[in-house]
Amino acid sequence: MSKMTLKTEGDTHVIVTRRFAAPPEAVYRAHTDPKIIQKWLLGPEGWTMPVCINEARPGGKFRYEWTNGKGGGFHITGEYVELKPYSRIVHIERMHLPDPTPDNHIETRFEADGPGTLMTMRMTLPDGKMRAAMLATGMESGMGVSYDRLEELLTSLPA
Amino acid sequence: METLDAVFSALADSTRRAILARLATGEATVNELAEPFEMTQPAISQHLKVLEDAGLIVRRVEGTKRPRRLSNTGIEAMDQWLGMLRKALAANYDRLDEVLERMTKQEVEKHKKGKKR
Repeated sequence: MSKMTLKTEGDTHVIVTRRFAAPPEAVYRAHTDPKIIQKWLLGPEGWTMPVCINEARPGGKFRYEWTNGKGGGFHITGEYVELKPYSRIVHIERMHLPDPTPDNHIETRFEADGPGTLMTMRMTLPDGKMRAAMLATGMESGMGVSYDRLEELLTSLPA
Repeated sequence: METLDAVFSALADSTRRAILARLATGEATVNELAEPFEMTQPAISQHLKVLEDAGLIVRRVEGTKRPRRLSNTGIEAMDQWLGMLRKALAANYDRLDEVLERMTKQEVEKHKKGKKR
């Protein structure tokens, strides 16, 4: 069973939800304390984050650097817009590959859900490019795109 | 990254997405593709060129006709990239589950120690 959902909202938003078996305070800390971030925000197996600079305050900057230990790597830089312990984080980020991608505006909410937390991440993309691509790949249903699935997704895209 | 940029740009247009949706049902000529849209053939051809440059569609020569169909390369490149992104998110949150479990245990231990004193 997958605990993660991904859907689109309107023209430029992607919404990811995930439930955690820990209270919002813990999940919020795991998103703002660099020592904790370095333990999980690592992407695919085999990658590490040797540099994790994180000033979790409004206007504060962050920089995450990843490496696969084989000479491959990239980094993300960003700024915090708003932080409301332990319920809401608003930040802007971009990937450097090495050219920077367009700014991604992200709002992350943490709500108590029984003894756990429901996290809702709302990404605001500057244009429809990334969103259309995300839809077209069938992110909600997992890996692999059949042409049938692609057709269904493409026709469901708002004009 | 050049291919991916081209794919994203190609997909950003609703007419081009509709063309891809039509081609997903099978091969079609320029005239067949122009029909459902209130567009001239040159305008459709321009869209087809963008899709072709992005590697999303390919053309075949059949007499005077040039029927188009979906190609695998562009879709695969996009699929691969986004598949990685989805995998990365899922892997991150699975790891976070474990981190949170350890954090919770530590909290419980702290409380136990506090009570003993």
